[in-house]
Amino acid sequence: MNFSEVFKHTNQLCRVSPDGKYLATCVQYRLVVRDVSSLQILHLYTCLDQVTCMEWSSDSQFILCAMYKRALVQVWSLEQPDWHCKIDEGSAGLVSSRWSPDGRHILNTTEFHLRVTVWSLCSKSVSYIKYPKACQKGLDFSRDGRYVALAERRDCKDHVSVFVCDDWQLLRHFETDTQDLAGVEWSPNGCVLAVWDTCLEYRVLLYSLDGRLLSTYSAYEWCLGIKSIAWSASSQFLAIGSYDEKVRILNHITWKKLIEFEHPATVSNSKAVVYKEMERRHVGGCDDLTLHHQITLGGSLFNTQSKYEICPLPVQIPVVKPDSDRANPKVGISSMAFSVDSRYLATKNDNMPSCVWVWDIQRLRLLAVLEQTAPVRCFQWDPRRPRLALCTGSSKLYIWSPAGCISVPVPVEGEGSVGVFPICHQQEVCTPTVLVPLWALCTTLLA
Amino acid sequence: MAESSLESSNMSCNSSRLMYPSRNHTHSSMPLSKQSYSVLSAFCSEGNITQCISYINQEMSSLGFPALCNELDSGGDLKAVSVLNNMYELLQLHRRSLRALEELETEQLKSASHLEHLKLCNSRLKEQLEQSRRESTGLCERERQLQMKVKSLQNCLKNEKEEVQKLQNIISSRASQYNHDMKRKEREFSKLKERLNQLLIDKKDKRLAIEVLNYVGRSDGKRSLWKTGKTEARNEGEMYQTLLNDYESRQKELLVENAELKKVLQQMKKEMVSILSPRKHSQKGETIDDSLELPGSENEEEVCDSSRETLELSCEHAREQLTNSIRQQWRRLKNHMEKLDNQASLVQNGSLGDNEVISRKSHEETVEKLKLEIQQCKDFIQTQQQLWQQQLSCPCDDETAALLNDCYMLEEKERLKEEWKLFDEQKKNFEKERRNFTEAAIRLGHERKAFEEDRAMWLKHQFLNMTPFLDRNKSQSALKSPEASEVTVAPESQYHNAFSTPKAAPAKIPSTADLYRTLRLLPDHGSPRSQPKNGNWQDSDVILSRDVSAKSGFLGAADCSIYSLVGTESSPN
Repeated sequence: MNFSEVFKHTNQLCRVSPDGKYLATCVQYRLVVRDVSSLQILHLYTCLDQVTCMEWSSDSQFILCAMYKRALVQVWSLEQPDWHCKIDEGSAGLVSSRWSPDGRHILNTTEFHLRVTVWSLCSKSVSYIKYPKACQKGLDFSRDGRYVALAERRDCKDHVSVFVCDDWQLLRHFETDTQDLAGVEWSPNGCVLAVWDTCLEYRVLLYSLDGRLLSTYSAYEWCLGIKSIAWSASSQFLAIGSYDEKVRILNHITWKKLIEFEHPATVSNSKAVVYKEMERRHVGGCDDLTLHHQITLGGSLFNTQSKYEICPLPVQIPVVKPDSDRANPKVGISSMAFSVDSRYLATKNDNMPSCVWVWDIQRLRLLAVLEQTAPVRCFQWDPRRPRLALCTGSSKLYIWSPAGCISVPVPVEGEGSVGVFPICHQQEVCTPTVLVPLWALCTTLLA
Repeated sequence: MAESSLESSNMSCNSSRLMYPSRNHTHSSMPLSKQSYSVLSAFCSEGNITQCISYINQEMSSLGFPALCNELDSGGDLKAVSVLNNMYELLQLHRRSLRALEELETEQLKSASHLEHLKLCNSRLKEQLEQSRRESTGLCERERQLQMKVKSLQNCLKNEKEEVQKLQNIISSRASQYNHDMKRKEREFSKLKERLNQLLIDKKDKRLAIEVLNYVGRSDGKRSLWKTGKTEARNEGEMYQTLLNDYESRQKELLVENAELKKVLQQMKKEMVSILSPRKHSQKGETIDDSLELPGSENEEEVCDSSRETLELSCEHAREQLTNSIRQQWRRLKNHMEKLDNQASLVQNGSLGDNEVISRKSHEETVEKLKLEIQQCKDFIQTQQQLWQQQLSCPCDDETAALLNDCYMLEEKERLKEEWKLFDEQKKNFEKERRNFTEAAIRLGHERKAFEEDRAMWLKHQFLNMTPFLDRNKSQSALKSPEASEVTVAPESQYHNAFSTPKAAPAKIPSTADLYRTLRLLPDHGSPRSQPKNGNWQDSDVILSRDVSAKSGFLGAADCSIYSLVGTESSPN
């Protein structure tokens, strides 16, 4: 595995362009655009304030930099570096800012979710959308970029509006049967919209594109409900992760439960493989352990070698019991992801923060459990083949594939930690590269 | 007195009866009250008065009464007083005993009645006891039941408590979630109020605006359209189109799946039919159900007419028929298999025909053969493994281990070593020759100098000694010798050329290529023999010899020094 050299960025703002050619990073108020293969700086832009959010447009021509504190959005062009665009929300404030799928409109959510303003870069039109809902995921674009679903709250009732992204016309507006809508998500084929309720009610409603209610699913009552949902890439399965540490999968034909995956504390399933990360700390022999020396050596001193070992079943998974008095307890399935061929599903149970569970969807059973030494921060599937990359905040990158599991140390100086970001999605890229940017390096590094 | 006498006679009768049981027993049957004299006379008669008297005396004295009469006084004179007294005493005694008897009788009656009473009481009490026992068992039973009930109720209570606890937990978690959300909303609300206040106070509202240098075109190149009814309709249309496409694709997929499954079912049915039909003909002794015949024939027809089926199977009726027929076939197959199993078990008892027996036997034989083969293979693998293990673990000393490590390359290594040796030798030789060359060059230089000096002197001499005739001869010889000298110079110059570099830069060793080229080892001028100059014969000599040695393997072991070369200048090949 080849690693590029280390370069800094703040706030985890580091994105590869959708066409896979450029890499944009933000350092404080500067935006740096580099070429992906050579990492040469191509453009350098200066924004008016520290950038809080950065996003590429879908055609990789423009970059949006949002500064929430100043309620400003600046847009930069790659083709014409002189081109500039500044959107000022003024006293309305700015809470979130994003591109529309066509790459020519910017949707700004004002403070207190008073409204969503749609600014156009190609015409003088401005559209306003009232009463957007402030929830976990109130706005979702369909994958082909033609429609956008927006959750609204009017008269203490939840509604969903479907707009056509071409001309921002309202296509459908319907009330949903939820108590307190928590999120909306389109299926990858763009024909079904999944709407789920707050965690106090376990309810998932499936609406067709034209607003008809196709089906409702509710697994149980009273206990805390849905924590996360994920569609499979073929739109065949809808995985629902809930607070009772189970994942339920619905099939797209009958919208009934296909199977229920449990995450028990003792893994005794005979076909599953448990990979456990074993660390071997070796201290670099160093006579002169002055502070300076320590820090410059930094990496070699604290570098730990780690490898995976296969544990014989049954295996006890370490469980962290959450505080029962607090809201949003750290229990339940918080993140799930299907592999690109819909064959595998990776899940993470917040109760067992250092484990990632991989399920085989073809055979509907547990395939592997990866137990790390530190809590898992995030994981991503390779967009081309069934390969899972995950990171725990240590200086290593872990990769699982059906053939096995490896841990790759990332050459990091000092105590950097690793985060994994989504790989570029374009089909032209033949060798997908996993982007492993480093979080802000330890600030006590002395010169 | 008569009564008393009667009584006394009775008594004496009794006593006599006792004493003399051999006396007339007929007397004993008569009641006492009806005793007559005749009885008395039995005891005491005229003859035995004294005996009687003595006897009675004895009895009386034994009873504690005074003696009846003096003994042996003239043959039985009884003292009337003592007799009367004794009689009186006896009567008293008798009365007393009667009274006692009466009392005893009354007592006895009393106790009998008492006993009866007690018995009654006892039986009553026993009954009561039984009853109470029964009651108590009944009560015990009830108690047990009630205890069970209590236990179950306690369990229920526990469960209910647990549920209540769970619900309470849920409620509390929901409450905390609500509180959390409420707080969040409140905070937002307060922020909103603040902002509103701020805005009211501020009044100068920053206009929201967008500053764009120039508007960009749309990514797909089209121009944006106005919102009209037509566009709305178009959007609707597109939406429905998308949905329809999705449904169509799904339906196609499902159709394809359906067709495949139907094909599989058909195949299965055909195979089942084929399995079952030949069997049916071979079983002669079996009773074939008529009901089975008909579907069988039907099935054959169905099997043959597949084209009709593909059309028919699209409708539900035909589908049902297909599934039913498959189920039927499956049942037949199952029955058949069961029959086969039975037959197989019967075969073990040797009660059926030859066909199955042979087939089973052959089957078993083949199985045995295969097992043997497997065993052999396993053994083979085992031995291989052992040998392998041995090989791996055997080399205990380093040398053999080192040897065995690369045993495949051993031969080549040896060859390589030899070649290296050769190479080293040749290198050494080459170095030596080079050194010799340099020495020779230096020597040559010296010699040349000397020669030049000689020449100069000789020329001088010539010059000084020049005469016409002598001159001619001398000139001829001088011509010759200069020729010779030229000739000799030429190769020398050749050598000089060759060694110009060491002359110019003595430290610099000529490169091997240069050396070879000058020595005409490198074929840049064609074959070494085509050298016009005479002096080069020597070179060719050297070259040839060198070539030969090169052929044998680099610079040969022949130690040809230039010195010897220079010496043999007149020997052409």
